[in-house]
Amino acid sequence: MAIVKFTLNHQPVTVQSDLNRRLLDVIRNDFNLKGLKEGCGEGECGACAVLINHEIVNSCLFVLANVEGKEVITIEEFAKTKRFTVIKEAFAKMGAVQCGFCTPGMVIATESLLHKNPHPTEMEIKVALSGNLCRCTGYNMIVEAIQEAAKAGEGLW
Amino acid sequence: MQKDISISVNKIDNYEKISGCAKYVNDVEIEGALYAKTFRSPIISGEIVSITVPKLPDGYFAVDYRDVPGKNGVKIIKDDMPIFAEKILRYFGEPILLIVGPQKSVVQSLINKIILETKLIEPIYDESNIAINYHYEKGNPQNAFSSANRIFEYTYQTGYQEQAYIEPQGMIGYSEGDKITLIGSIQCPYYVKNAVLLALGCSSEQVRIIQPAVGGAFGGKEEFPSLMGCQLAVAINKIHKPIRLIYEREEDIEVTTKRHPAIIRMKAAVDSDNSLVAISSDIRLDGGAYLGLSNVVLSRAMIATTGAYTIPNVDCSGIVYLTNTVPNGAFRGFGAPQIFYAVEMFLNHIAKDLGIDPLDFKMKHLAKQGDLTSTSGTFRDPILMNDLIKRALEISDYRRKSQKYKLENQLRGMGISLFFHGCGFTGSGEATIIKAQVKLHKDEQDNVDILIAAVDMGQGVRTTMSKIVAHTLGIPMDKVRFPYPDTDFVPDSGPTVASRTTMIVGGLVAKAAQKMHDRWQNGVADTVIEQYVQPDYIVWDEATFHGDAYPAYSWGVNIVDVSVDKVTNQVTLEEAWSVYDLGKAIDDLVIKGQAEGGITQGFAYGYLENMEVKNGKVRQKNMTDYIIPTALDTTKITTELIDNPHAGGPYGAKGAGELTLIGGAPAVAMAIENAIFRRVHNIPVTPESIMELIEYGNR
Repeated sequence: MAIVKFTLNHQPVTVQSDLNRRLLDVIRNDFNLKGLKEGCGEGECGACAVLINHEIVNSCLFVLANVEGKEVITIEEFAKTKRFTVIKEAFAKMGAVQCGFCTPGMVIATESLLHKNPHPTEMEIKVALSGNLCRCTGYNMIVEAIQEAAKAGEGLW
Repeated sequence: MQKDISISVNKIDNYEKISGCAKYVNDVEIEGALYAKTFRSPIISGEIVSITVPKLPDGYFAVDYRDVPGKNGVKIIKDDMPIFAEKILRYFGEPILLIVGPQKSVVQSLINKIILETKLIEPIYDESNIAINYHYEKGNPQNAFSSANRIFEYTYQTGYQEQAYIEPQGMIGYSEGDKITLIGSIQCPYYVKNAVLLALGCSSEQVRIIQPAVGGAFGGKEEFPSLMGCQLAVAINKIHKPIRLIYEREEDIEVTTKRHPAIIRMKAAVDSDNSLVAISSDIRLDGGAYLGLSNVVLSRAMIATTGAYTIPNVDCSGIVYLTNTVPNGAFRGFGAPQIFYAVEMFLNHIAKDLGIDPLDFKMKHLAKQGDLTSTSGTFRDPILMNDLIKRALEISDYRRKSQKYKLENQLRGMGISLFFHGCGFTGSGEATIIKAQVKLHKDEQDNVDILIAAVDMGQGVRTTMSKIVAHTLGIPMDKVRFPYPDTDFVPDSGPTVASRTTMIVGGLVAKAAQKMHDRWQNGVADTVIEQYVQPDYIVWDEATFHGDAYPAYSWGVNIVDVSVDKVTNQVTLEEAWSVYDLGKAIDDLVIKGQAEGGITQGFAYGYLENMEVKNGKVRQKNMTDYIIPTALDTTKITTELIDNPHAGGPYGAKGAGELTLIGGAPAVAMAIENAIFRRVHNIPVTPESIMELIEYGNR
């Protein structure tokens, strides 16, 4: 047991726990934020993605100890932003959502990409999504949604 | 005039899913829920001699077959799969008991301390244990073969495929008095309910099944959740506390049902003007350790044995054999992907042997309206395959590219597949087994609730059904609600399977809405119940496979352009085109999603997804070594529809969900075959198999 301090969705938080716990479990169970999902538990599917210091991270592979002093944003907080609204509308418009289990992770991946590269090429989008698995859509409609978001959200990133 | 129903709307669950608010089973919190984990067979085949469970701390429980108050068999078809193994262990990972308790880590350590003594039995992996043996004929195949000009015979093999829904299997449940409620990631609420009723031997009002958001299913959550539901219900019945049973990915891949591997031998008789006069096929499915749904999968495969073609004489046999391996089951397509792969490759190979163009050869035999089906039923609706093919050839520039790649000989190839899918349950299943019922309820504020058991697992059924109702009633979408199915409130509209939901259930919903519309009174509550009635022209004899196997068929053409890397033999999809006749799209964007997602799974089945079972164990353990497509594996896909409304479907809609997967594998396998100038017989066509084909294969 140890004490870890970090910022979760802009709030400073303190967790007293086993340092080896997965950040995924800490966020879902200790903070009851269920927007991130466990799809594989081994860093392949990206359903558990969060932003840590604005980089996409698979929270299932990230142990609590490593989050000390860092800034974590989950889908719940990101969903309050203007950028999210643009992404949401683009995902809806292009039919990027089917079962929805991968979708919060896809949204996090989109934000992480557009934050670094507001005008990505199709290939750059595919590379940015390659750590997020979707079994329903075949991906093209997600790629199109991200292109649409980049266009509609011009200036936001 | 009302606008065209196909014009897309914002899906009703878009916002909750994009924002992460949608509640999947593992997001459901129930105060004090215990954690359950399954203790599984560590051997492949044997007998339990003794089980020693360690002393359980207070609040921890072991649940096994002795706790099953009703029948220790999961209600699927023959109920042959035990809920918990009693004595005989038939596959690696077969469930023996549950350990249940408050702490996950303690539960796991208790599982690790269980001592199981077993006596090994020699496992069976070959065809010696035949569980199902079907046969049917059309015309007089014996005569046709004996008088044939030429006879061709080839064998095709297909591998396993894992559904790989991103949300693993899971269920959570609780009891109130003598009533048990289960909330699960499921496709078929009433399948689970009926299975639990048999397991508990209790009355219908004592079991309630609720469906939350479902993170993908693809058939994988058709019959498997009935097993989990029975186990969980038995545990809750014993412990009387809420319990959570959620699989991790490795457990899910190891023990849940997969697509049946198949060996298909095909023989054809061709007369002197190069017409196919007879086909004889022998389809052999590995069912795994228990029968489950395998005989129905086999029927669907057998019925499609002539592919999209009319062949006057047919002799079709099929078996399901049981082995000491993980049980196989439902997966989008349900036997059709295997048989269409085989028949498409077979016709392609016959044409090549005859020295004629494969597509011309296929088009010469296309089924037409009024023709007899393989089972001597009738294709009643117009068949637009010639239009579909014409359009697909145009948008893909298929002929020119095929010729160009052939001459260039640069490991590039085009492939094309022609296929159909029978919509709804096979034969008289809808009338005799399912007997679907739907209900619409209007309250005094004129809000209309759709009360059906159809599950939205991503295919958009909540939006599709809401659209049908809003359109028929002429009211805005936001006046229509589609609550998540709950067996306490919705009638049994049947399982969400078999490409039946839009056509059959949607058809009933449209009828109910029309009735409500015709007697509509503002501000007055109203309820309409509608029951499925089989069209009287559908006559099917299950014993002889004779008659109309399906009320309607959806049709498709897939074309793909692939390249093969000269050094690594990796296959790259360069571009793909599809044209479908699925009657009428209820929502264009939903159908585009089905089309792109389905073909991606179909292509991957043909060249990418590789699962092997060796010595009774699945060798792929997780998403790291069972490779499904990533964004980088996809290509540009163009999809077009040609309307061909079917009178029995809502607004003319037929089935769409499975159709879009079926043509992927034969198209990609044929494209690879054309790229490497070697005959392909087995899928998946992995880089390793391409290397072998280039070295040793036949041209």
